[in-house]
Amino acid sequence: MATTGTRRQNGLAKALPLLTPAYAWLTLAIFLPLSAMVYFSLLTSMSPSEQSSSLTLANYAAFFSDPLYATLLWRSLQLGLLVTLICVVVGFPAAYVLAKIFKGRAREAIFLLVILPFWSNSLVRVFSWSMVLREGGILDTALNAVLPFEVTFDLMYSFPAVVIGLVHSYLPYMVLTCYLSLQAIDDALIEAARSLGASRFTTLRRVVAPLALPGVLAGSALIFIPVVGSFMEPRILGGRGGTLYGTVIEDQFTAVYNWPLGAALSFILLAVVLAILLVSAPVLRKAA
Amino acid sequence: MNKTTAILTGLGLLLSGTTAMAKDLHVLNWKGYGADEPFATKAFEEMTGDTVVNDFFNSEQEMLTKLRTNPGLYDVVMINAAFMQQALDEKLVQPIDTAKIANYGDLNEAQAQSKMLNVDGKTYGVPWTWGLTTVAINDKAFDTPPTSIKEMWKDDHKGRVTIRDDAVEAIQLGALATGQSINDVQDIEAVKQSLTELLPNIRTFWSSENDWNQMVASNQIDLGTYWSGSAGRAKTKFNLPVSLVVPEEGAVGWLDSFAIPQGSTNVEGAEKFINYMLSPEFYTEWDKSVGAPVSASQRAVAALPEDSFNRRVMGAPEVAERVQFQEPVTDAQREEYLKVWQGLKVGAN
Repeated sequence: MATTGTRRQNGLAKALPLLTPAYAWLTLAIFLPLSAMVYFSLLTSMSPSEQSSSLTLANYAAFFSDPLYATLLWRSLQLGLLVTLICVVVGFPAAYVLAKIFKGRAREAIFLLVILPFWSNSLVRVFSWSMVLREGGILDTALNAVLPFEVTFDLMYSFPAVVIGLVHSYLPYMVLTCYLSLQAIDDALIEAARSLGASRFTTLRRVVAPLALPGVLAGSALIFIPVVGSFMEPRILGGRGGTLYGTVIEDQFTAVYNWPLGAALSFILLAVVLAILLVSAPVLRKAA
Repeated sequence: MNKTTAILTGLGLLLSGTTAMAKDLHVLNWKGYGADEPFATKAFEEMTGDTVVNDFFNSEQEMLTKLRTNPGLYDVVMINAAFMQQALDEKLVQPIDTAKIANYGDLNEAQAQSKMLNVDGKTYGVPWTWGLTTVAINDKAFDTPPTSIKEMWKDDHKGRVTIRDDAVEAIQLGALATGQSINDVQDIEAVKQSLTELLPNIRTFWSSENDWNQMVASNQIDLGTYWSGSAGRAKTKFNLPVSLVVPEEGAVGWLDSFAIPQGSTNVEGAEKFINYMLSPEFYTEWDKSVGAPVSASQRAVAALPEDSFNRRVMGAPEVAERVQFQEPVTDAQREEYLKVWQGLKVGAN
């Protein structure tokens, strides 16, 4: 017992130089601003002309007193679920093919295509969608050139446009995390299952899917959390339907300088997302 | 402690001493908004011998903060008339002796006498430029330009209208459409009702000049709210089929003015600078080389070419009749408007 204890302490001492830069950075770049935001969220006012700014919980109460915010949060959560689900459906098969079927050069090339969107600025990606989706845009023109009958295809400034834009932005996360967990699965396991008489589908369901689940879950969390708070894509692609929880928070910061309310709304979002992750964790662990 | 104070005081005296000798003129304004044009700085320095030092702000709040935290540093500040009251309440600006500004007499009488700039018989702001937030149309969608703001509500334009996603602008639009004063909205329910009816017609909200111009270029909209200066640029600089409409219900006007901060060390230079900013020489060059809003000086506007946007469109008599100048909006009012506006947007889909 005693020896393990010392060894552990030694280990910590040795690990310290390796850990310090990352944790110092996190403290500086995340913990401090976040603490400042907690403080702001409790203020009555940020206006420098009113010196009598005092502490209050009114900003948090505002969320509960007006059904507007709950409606918006619910809508944002639904959007997050939908986008995550589409990413799983689209991303998992792609990751499977990358990890288990393609080898060598082909894999590298396909991988590059998956990561490519990361190389461009996210704002540019969203704006390029506006050229594709609008009436008379690239998609509309292409469809009409191919199809024998006339269609007007105008998805721009609608809920589907927001979903398309967000899936495009976040799909690579799902492909990458699924790829990592799928690649770690020993091919021998799949061969064993097949040789013991399991069909392809049974192998996928009983062997591959459970082993790949951690990757899918990691990807889902990486996608769900930012999508719930997203504001840029809804604002640019969503048109008048693009009012979501994230855009309302943004308005508090940029349009009315009501930082306290904006900060309080952000922390409520954080709490709700954490609660969802906590509640779902045991269920998912059991499933895994 | 005492030593530090002494040193600081000494430094301060030294600095103010040098300032007084070299006659620096510190100007606080938006970046790229006329006063910092290199041609203007050069001309003014040659004329007076003073050195112009430009400083900038990114929001009205920042402008007020800079005045509060640097008393005595600035000699001229550009203040939107709607924010003058706040600057006065905090005693950030001083009265101006208009007799020392020769071009003051060229100003539009109503603007010069604006009660936002004149308090207790003293003048605190000299009007400089103004413009409108009103309606602009895509010429391709209209044979004859509409005369009523209600055109935006018509079924013919379903999904082909745009407005800015700004709570104050939206509420003011509703106020105009329901025949109310933009500065004193009595019947907010009527405004809500009116905006609820408008929302189905909205294609999207614009946030920048570029958004608006793009939508017209790709023929996605028929009409929408727009800024007068932007509509002028869209037509003259980008050759887009855009025309400005000043509807009979009225239009929202904004007025920018120059003020002299409390404690300025170069009031004389400040008066000369304001005088130069109102001069036709400065204004015609500004409008020609960059594109300017409408000058508050009638003589300066009259010096523009006859077909120029600021003279022909903005100088039309009905514009002056219909404009309602925007008065201060309190923070509480702004937050209230935002809440109403967000509620309407959420209710609409």
